[in-house]
Amino acid sequence: MSQMQINMTQDKKKVKLTAPFRYVICILLCFLSIFPFYMMIINGTLTNSEVQVAKYFLPKSHWFENFKGLQIWCQNAQIISIWKAMLNSLIITVPATILQVYFAALTAYAVTVYNFRFRNAAWAFIYGIMMIPMQVSIIGFIKVCNLTHMYGTMWPLIIPAMAAPTTVYFMKQYMEAGFSVEIVDAARIDGSGEFNTFNTIALPLLKPAMATQAIFGFVGSWNNLYTPSLILATKKKELGTLPLYIEAIKSNDKQRDWGQIYVALTIAVMPILIAYLVLSKYIVAGVALGGVKE
Amino acid sequence: MKNETKNKTVEYGRYGYIFLAPFFVIFLIFQFFPLVYTFGSAFVQTVKKGRNAVETVVGLGNFSSYVFVKGSEVWSSIGITICLWLLNFIPQILLSLLLAAWFTDIQCKLKGQGAYKVIMYMPNIITAASIAFLFNALFQVQGTITLLLKRMGVPIPSNGVLDHGWTSLFIIAFIQFWMWYGNTMIVLIAGIMGISPSLYEAAMVDGASSRQQFFKITVPLLKPILQFTMVTSCIGGLQMYDIPQLFNAGGPVVNYKGQQLNSTTTIVMTIKKYVESGAGQNVGRASAYSVVLFVITLAVSMVFYILTSEKKEKR
Repeated sequence: MSQMQINMTQDKKKVKLTAPFRYVICILLCFLSIFPFYMMIINGTLTNSEVQVAKYFLPKSHWFENFKGLQIWCQNAQIISIWKAMLNSLIITVPATILQVYFAALTAYAVTVYNFRFRNAAWAFIYGIMMIPMQVSIIGFIKVCNLTHMYGTMWPLIIPAMAAPTTVYFMKQYMEAGFSVEIVDAARIDGSGEFNTFNTIALPLLKPAMATQAIFGFVGSWNNLYTPSLILATKKKELGTLPLYIEAIKSNDKQRDWGQIYVALTIAVMPILIAYLVLSKYIVAGVALGGVKE
Repeated sequence: MKNETKNKTVEYGRYGYIFLAPFFVIFLIFQFFPLVYTFGSAFVQTVKKGRNAVETVVGLGNFSSYVFVKGSEVWSSIGITICLWLLNFIPQILLSLLLAAWFTDIQCKLKGQGAYKVIMYMPNIITAASIAFLFNALFQVQGTITLLLKRMGVPIPSNGVLDHGWTSLFIIAFIQFWMWYGNTMIVLIAGIMGISPSLYEAAMVDGASSRQQFFKITVPLLKPILQFTMVTSCIGGLQMYDIPQLFNAGGPVVNYKGQQLNSTTTIVMTIKKYVESGAGQNVGRASAYSVVLFVITLAVSMVFYILTSEKKEKR
């Protein structure tokens, strides 16, 4: 037997022992991922006192009762209703995502297709600013919102999405791999204007990349707590987003009913959970893409 | 004829600037100006005189009175932030690496990999604020996890873990770990898949064991991706806010080497405290803290930049 075969047989023997161990660990980790969410859903169907004994692991029938209680409690505590919070989140997130993806594509298109003097400089700049977190400039950000009279409105959460360097980076990567500049030349010969070429010819070709980036842009904006809490929360409570709603019910800790709180959490988590389960294939592929960028 | 085409390209080049304009205008207004303004504010102190707020330039005053003083909360909260990051990153990268090695092991193909990936990544996409409050609820004195752990014989303080300084720090680190290992794992799997299979074949012909293949081929070739993961995770970790804020709002006060501090208050939480308080009087202080955070973030990116450029030189 050659050395290779010996190794293979040795490894095969080992595999027989290690495979079950690996399955056990993987299943344990999956259990760990699901358990908190499972308990969240179950606890939402229990009464307050049933939640606090941790003896019920199957759903009961108090969900609607809890939900009604939650709505009344929110009204009394002057917290907006969860549906309003969800609507606010949508009003911010949908336009922000569209702007983010559209302008990222436009910016990536500009540095890929056109030849101009500062092209490399512009690209190096976009690459360089990718790592700057917005948390370090929050004081200036609030100042800008005040100067432009946008403080306490949704605009500062929507408009800045137009300049998302990370999204530009991914769009550029995608264009370099799978977008031929000849198509633009062909369109020019056919008499298409530059802006028109981008919208009608380039954009459809970029659809797969835009879809992936749209998912991550949407999730990022939807989950954002920090910026809205500084721009919206202090001034206008009725504009509160879903994370702000969660923060509001958390900080209002008089007369808590845990069944109701779990219902609130369930409703807050559900849209993104369902969307994830539907789109998981694309999302996992998109995450993998993020790592290959170096 | 030649001249004409040349003119044409120059003319098209103009559109490059036009198409770039929206990005740069928005960037200047919402990211660049705020950064410059924050730096400027770090050298200004605002004092309330009657109804008006008077701003005076104090030079490095904010730094000397708030940052470089003994027991400054900026250092303790940065220490806590780094502590939280290390506590979640080290187990996270080790577990992700192990799982990635398992999932790409051709000799022992695990079934149901797709499902594992989807489930393990799931916590990462759910709103961090909701997750933090969910864990807060589960870890209440009468919370589900607290009671289950008690029943399993885990010693839990009678006033619960939320009011227990260092325990809550570990739980927050665990939540971060739990949210992120799936993400890192998927990234590493993609990295391993990118390694040429011929290398492994050659190693097998030479009689290398799986363990040797992992440490001699996989880990060295994954180095750029590991570095990238570490830096992005570190920069993200320095900005940590949602989880500690909604898990126990910065944690209980603990006594650490004679100093009173909130056990889970991160640097961003400290900055936010001064942004919100007292009608602009603490803006200078918050700005000085922001500058400190920016400098640290920059230093981390620089380390990454140096590491990657070294790699290119070697090639």
